[in-house]
Amino acid sequence: MTTYIIRRILISIPVLLGVTVLNFFIVQLAPGSPADLYLDPNASPDYKERVEAALGLDQPIIVQYLNWLGQLLRGDLGLSYVSRAPVADVIGARIGPTLLLMGASLVVAYAIAVPVGILAARRKGTWADYTVVGGAFFGVSVPNFFLGLGLIYIFSLQLGWLPTGNMVTIGGGGGGLWDGLSHLILPVIVLSTAIAGNMVRYVRSSMVDALSEDYIRTAHAKGLAPGVVTRKHALRNALIPLVTVLTVDLAGLLGGAVVTEQIFQWPGLGMLTIQAISSRDYSVLMGVNLIAALAVFGANLLADIVYAVVDPRIEYS
Amino acid sequence: MGSLLQVRGLRTEFGSDAGSAVAVDEVSFDLDRGETICLVGESGSGKSVTALSIMGLLPRNGRVTDGEIRFDDVSLLDLSEPEMRENRGNSLAMIFQEPMTSLNPVLTIGDQLTEGMLLHLGLSRQDAAKRAVELLELVGVPRAEQIVRDYPHRLSGGMRQRVMIAMALSCSPALLVADEPTTALDVTIQAQILALMKRLAAASQTATILITHDLGVVAEMADKVAVMYAGQVVEEADVFELFDHPRHPYTVGLMKSIPHLGADDDARLESIPGSVPALANMPSGCRFQDRCPSVMDRCRAERPDLLETSTTGKHLVRCFLYSGEQAAVRDETTTAVAS
Repeated sequence: MTTYIIRRILISIPVLLGVTVLNFFIVQLAPGSPADLYLDPNASPDYKERVEAALGLDQPIIVQYLNWLGQLLRGDLGLSYVSRAPVADVIGARIGPTLLLMGASLVVAYAIAVPVGILAARRKGTWADYTVVGGAFFGVSVPNFFLGLGLIYIFSLQLGWLPTGNMVTIGGGGGGLWDGLSHLILPVIVLSTAIAGNMVRYVRSSMVDALSEDYIRTAHAKGLAPGVVTRKHALRNALIPLVTVLTVDLAGLLGGAVVTEQIFQWPGLGMLTIQAISSRDYSVLMGVNLIAALAVFGANLLADIVYAVVDPRIEYS
Repeated sequence: MGSLLQVRGLRTEFGSDAGSAVAVDEVSFDLDRGETICLVGESGSGKSVTALSIMGLLPRNGRVTDGEIRFDDVSLLDLSEPEMRENRGNSLAMIFQEPMTSLNPVLTIGDQLTEGMLLHLGLSRQDAAKRAVELLELVGVPRAEQIVRDYPHRLSGGMRQRVMIAMALSCSPALLVADEPTTALDVTIQAQILALMKRLAAASQTATILITHDLGVVAEMADKVAVMYAGQVVEEADVFELFDHPRHPYTVGLMKSIPHLGADDDARLESIPGSVPALANMPSGCRFQDRCPSVMDRCRAERPDLLETSTTGKHLVRCFLYSGEQAAVRDETTTAVAS
């Protein structure tokens, strides 16, 4: 197992390298240069050239990439073109809020999706099942921005119960459990609606499959109560294929929720990504992309390890 | 006090959007302690549905709509689901056709073996674990001590079926229902499993319902045989009587379709033309009429009943060819009763 994990990590290095290459060159394809936004529009071309030289932007793209890579190998993500703060610090300040938002959304989504999916599977073909499937379809289909704006309109503007955005009330003492929670509620509803809608459908179909297996009939033939059959015999089998779905969701944890964070002005990685793109802050963008790639890779490795734990048929050598 | 198991006029239907289909109709048989009855017939003849009806394990859209199942003088059809659960896996046990998929892949053999004992026998975990090892040794699983901690994917099909048998026998059932227990196994393993079942059933006086389409298995295992066709029992007799004097044209056809070692090399194997009619459109009259070599006008008009044809022993046949014998038996019994 340990050998397997080490091998997987080693294999991932060239993959990650490839991801950074692609990211770097795609970002360069975008028109404009950081200097355009960095400088006064009336600055002289001569001054602009000097700024670009200072930022290293006058060198060939390949050299720029190698410089960036060299920095990275020394553990340095470089400086933000916009704020001149270290990229690691910029990202570090945004990871916490994103983890909080995405973590809370995942927990809420799974806490709803797993029992509801099991219920639908056990009542397959009944109105309860159709209601769940219909609700899940709504959850997946409704666009984040639409649901988000709708909720803000109802609960913030009309009813005035919840804040429209941000993580804490600005200038309002900023703190207190309720203040934090009240800012979390709407974005979590928006994100968990989508995650749960997706997950319910996977849980349901996985559970329907498991419940139709021969070993379920064997379990019934032993005289076990239906609840025991579901929990002990069907659920563990049904959860195995869901590890993959969980992986995708976990990878999203660090990617952040770009649209939702933007709507609710949530100071996380998603919002940082939008800001970095619009201000041509290439170094921050590269940092965020690297983190996202690492998250996907880490989640996949975790999934493989979890598979081996939950399914005795899987062994790595 | 009658037989251990009495099935009388069993009728099982399956509901669907298109209406309900009768999968099993007018099935009756008796079974004593220690006795083995084989239910024989082609796919779709209602053997498995009969077994599942007895176990109360019909799928959600299936339901017994008529008849009676008495087990140990209790009417199983009148029991509530929780009461039925107390019997299931306890005094009523079942073995399935597919050993490869009938064990749960994520639970250890020991866990699955002890489950029934913990539930029905109220054993402690240690006692159940000890008995699990004994049971595995009883059914001839080597290294039983290690196997209880292993998962099913480590075992071959034959070994898994032994585990299934151990599981079924764990609570010393009075009735064991085995639905084609050897169909999925190699021929040599088949013989071993059958011998094991026979030995264990004899030792514990367990009554067995063995479902099969293999007449070789019938000859090996059965005390008596019920031949099923299109959801009905068409002939029932003890095993020697059935093989020596098959009466129903379907049974005769089945016997002719078995290859014999002594036959000429160029002899063609006989087969029964046609196939089992669909549940949804059973012909009125005899269900075998379209495939029967000796079909008469009467077979198309009336439905034959399963009646005694022998004055000496039990030999029930559902066929008008034997209405003469059946009338004679009836006359004799009425005379006997009258005198």
